[in-house]
Amino acid sequence: MSASLPASSPPASNGSEPVGAGFILKKAVLSALVALGLFSLMVGVRTEAGQSGQLEYWTRFGELASLVGAVFVGSIVVELLRLWLGPRGGLGSFVPASVQSGLSVAGRYLAPALLIFTLLVPVIFYNQRYILDLGILVLTYVMLGWGLNVVVGLAGLLDLGYVAFYAVGAYSYGLLSTTFGLSFWICLPLAGILAAFWGVLLGFPVLRLRGDYLAIVTLAFGEIIRLVLINWQDVTGGPNGISGIPRPSLFGIPLTPGPDGLAAMLGIPFSPTHRIVFLFYLILALALLTNWVTIRLRRLPIGRAWEALREDEVACRALGINITTTKLTAFATGAMFGGFAGAFFATRQGFISPESFTFQESALVLAIVVLGGMGSQLGVALAALAMIGGFELFRSLEVYRMLVFGLAMVLVMIWRPRGIVGHRSPTVFLEKSKSISSDLVKEGHG
Amino acid sequence: MSSAPILALENLTMRFGGIVAVNALSFSAQRKQITALIGPNGAGKTTVFNCITGFYKPTSGVIRLTHDDGTQYEMQKLKDFNISKQAKVARTFQNIRLFPGMTALENLMVAQHNALMRASGLTLLGLLGVPSWRTAEQSAIDNAVFWLKRVGLLDRADDAAGNLAYGDQRRLEIARAMCTGPALLCLDEPAAGLNARESAALSELLLSIRSDHGTSILLIEHDMSVVMEISDRIVVMDYGVKIAEGTPRDIRDDPKVIAAYLGTDEEEAAAVLEAEA
Repeated sequence: MSASLPASSPPASNGSEPVGAGFILKKAVLSALVALGLFSLMVGVRTEAGQSGQLEYWTRFGELASLVGAVFVGSIVVELLRLWLGPRGGLGSFVPASVQSGLSVAGRYLAPALLIFTLLVPVIFYNQRYILDLGILVLTYVMLGWGLNVVVGLAGLLDLGYVAFYAVGAYSYGLLSTTFGLSFWICLPLAGILAAFWGVLLGFPVLRLRGDYLAIVTLAFGEIIRLVLINWQDVTGGPNGISGIPRPSLFGIPLTPGPDGLAAMLGIPFSPTHRIVFLFYLILALALLTNWVTIRLRRLPIGRAWEALREDEVACRALGINITTTKLTAFATGAMFGGFAGAFFATRQGFISPESFTFQESALVLAIVVLGGMGSQLGVALAALAMIGGFELFRSLEVYRMLVFGLAMVLVMIWRPRGIVGHRSPTVFLEKSKSISSDLVKEGHG
Repeated sequence: MSSAPILALENLTMRFGGIVAVNALSFSAQRKQITALIGPNGAGKTTVFNCITGFYKPTSGVIRLTHDDGTQYEMQKLKDFNISKQAKVARTFQNIRLFPGMTALENLMVAQHNALMRASGLTLLGLLGVPSWRTAEQSAIDNAVFWLKRVGLLDRADDAAGNLAYGDQRRLEIARAMCTGPALLCLDEPAAGLNARESAALSELLLSIRSDHGTSILLIEHDMSVVMEISDRIVVMDYGVKIAEGTPRDIRDDPKVIAAYLGTDEEEAAAVLEAEA
């Protein structure tokens, strides 16, 4: 397939090429040849260990022929589709202009509609525990995505170890509550502050690094935190983690069946769903706080300095912006939101262990930010919904869901290389806020 | 007002390994004047600029800046961002360095970062939206609007800087530098790539910045019509050393300068001059 679909070529170049039957056939034959080369060993020959461990192999030319044939036909179909969709070609043209303008109108009402829907989810799905749990999970990743968006999307610093701050927040609450008996509402800001502190601590050594080098060091930082959590058994409980972390209370009123619980006070029968609904609104409030602060920060000088840093670091220095503190504040702010999310994670699970904070989580959050469109709040929320929700949706596909998922990501990146919401909206305007096309906005060099 | 020159370079030397890019250069730029730094390609002009604006740390020498109130800064000792923040030296770049993904207005707002940072109480007051922050933000916008109007880009205020035409980008970069409220404005080839009409408008703008805003200007420029028209004083460099200094009239007739530009020796240049006369 890869040979028949030159994804990176700009749409304009397709229009100038002469597209005739010969061209299409030539391309299809080439694709088929590449497929033959690729699949002849992978599919054409089947090997297995025999009874006594010897190599057994047999050929499967039928399957090989059908695969190569499928590529040949597929290539012709793709080329014909291109021809049929007009001279612009490329996957971008699958969405006609009229639909695109309609989408932009819909986009204006999308965010409020999503928010209202989210607020109503516990009411609509009150009896569906699975949906509520999934909603909490999605919102946690929305919050993490918005937090990382400050570092990656606004300041343009590639952070592959974001999960470290999530872990710091979770362990802060876990340890403070189990050791000192502090309540969730005291630990929440403390978890944020501690995570921000670690953000600054990570920030200092990596300030001179850019791009790939920065990514590697942040990746290492994430792993170091996890390894420390595993090995510092006396404090963190090692691989066994921390259990018995207290559940959150509604400002001191516990959500328990006892006589001093919320249900008894309100005079309604107790239901375990109360706690789930409470957790849902708690993470929604935390995520909205993250969103509100980020939107505010973008319009403040510090937020503009972050974006300017992403655009051109040298020009920033010439304008008297202290690069060091600006980068550190970006790291600290992002880390703080990660810490909040971590504290929530700990109180929701009631149990944390280093296994929850692997590199995969960092990669997932980063994928959400990149897929959503770096710097775009709505895009990140949509991407989190699509990634986490979509992953659950395809649960019935079992082993194939990773494949479907990967394919979906590749398609989105071809269709919208700068993420779902790629354009940038200005932070200040005189007459009319004109959104800035994604090809002008830089993605930062680290 | 201080009588000392706004900028004084004393024995500035910059070495890159074995190469001496600037060799014991001394000159001064007078207050509220336009000083031009000219010379053939590779003479070391941009290196001098980068030393003044803190992008290079000079190997040796002193770069002294004196504000109107007599406050002195030894700029080779300042951190790079403090050269703009404290010493109030703004610069533009030979290859334009705007923030292309931000609007023209946003570019000018970023330039007022330090003043706005103070007004927003290091972000905290701004986050709460206190009235003093709102007024400070509005006055920053007013300042930006003033400069946008001054360089004729007011109608493009909400357009991305990367979408502006080349000449507009050049002017926007100057406006951005002026928004930092500089005492000394350093311009690296501001007329490069401009057509005759745009160059004339640039000359008018620079003269107005000097006389109406009292900002001293140091510029590198290859466009001799601009240099001769607006400069109060010209410093000529070649191979990292100063070869001449004086008024535009002096420089025009200096055989050393002509020799450096034509790549000939002095006698030939003197002969050319005499033949012209």
